[in-house]
Amino acid sequence: MKFFHLRILLFGALFGILLTKSQVISWFKIRDMFHFREPDLYLIIGSAVATAMLFLFLIRKFAIKDADGRVLAVPIKNPDRGKLLGGFIFGVGWFITGSCPGPIYAQIGTGEIMALVTLAGALLGAYAFSKVRPRLIKHSQGSSPGN
Amino acid sequence: MEHILNPWPWYVSGPLIGLTVPLLLLFSGKALGISGSFQNLCQLATTRDTKGLLRDASYKKESWKIVFAVGLILGGFLASRFLSLGHIAFLPMEYHSISGALKLLAGGVLVGFGSRYAEGCTSGHAITGLASLQPASLMAVFGFFAGGLSAAGITFLIGS
Repeated sequence: MKFFHLRILLFGALFGILLTKSQVISWFKIRDMFHFREPDLYLIIGSAVATAMLFLFLIRKFAIKDADGRVLAVPIKNPDRGKLLGGFIFGVGWFITGSCPGPIYAQIGTGEIMALVTLAGALLGAYAFSKVRPRLIKHSQGSSPGN
Repeated sequence: MEHILNPWPWYVSGPLIGLTVPLLLLFSGKALGISGSFQNLCQLATTRDTKGLLRDASYKKESWKIVFAVGLILGGFLASRFLSLGHIAFLPMEYHSISGALKLLAGGVLVGFGSRYAEGCTSGHAITGLASLQPASLMAVFGFFAGGLSAAGITFLIGS
């Protein structure tokens, strides 16, 4: 694909602008969501899912293919217990830091210097997981090595 | 112009965030997901054989996520520098301290560990995964909110 990495960079920048301007990168908005003080974050996630669902449905319905002739599709993940347990751990971290992975990067871009600490923690956490992974997921079958 | 400089309401930003998923798939063949970049950055930071890693097929397949992450930083910069009225704080003032840094570090570890264990984060599961009707993503999102709301409940009860 021509200019593949340039396209990715542009999509990243657009997504970063969207995350910043929608304020989902704000610790305060995340608190408002978890304390049910305002519905904004739920409405953003809900309308994003609905929009993405509609267009993914259309892509599947019309079997839109890439340049190599493969039908475009989202990879399917294995519904193992890691989704629940890892999800729970992630949720606690999301509440504490007020940011999930995309917003960590966007916060850094806005000049929020302390977001570098969040990123350092996230990299440590991902590294720690790679060390204990063989023990945690040996019971689940068919799980891909992550993405 | 004022509409652009002010925060964008949910009915504008939500659908645009959702639209990123099919557009990224159409124009780059990739499924939106961001937490995978942590794994790539770790691999890059911990290997001595960088050239070997860069040729590794499984690494190459996912390395676009690092470029996407650089784009996110750029986007955050552009949005706050050119598309906003003055400075907006995204983290509370009290986080600019030693105790705040420890909170962010500990919370960051949970975000990094949890997202790798769940094989995805808010973008990969809550948006891409739910939009493609995956049971795994429904489980993960249930976990996200179970964790976040539990933490919210505890801090509400002990009042910090």
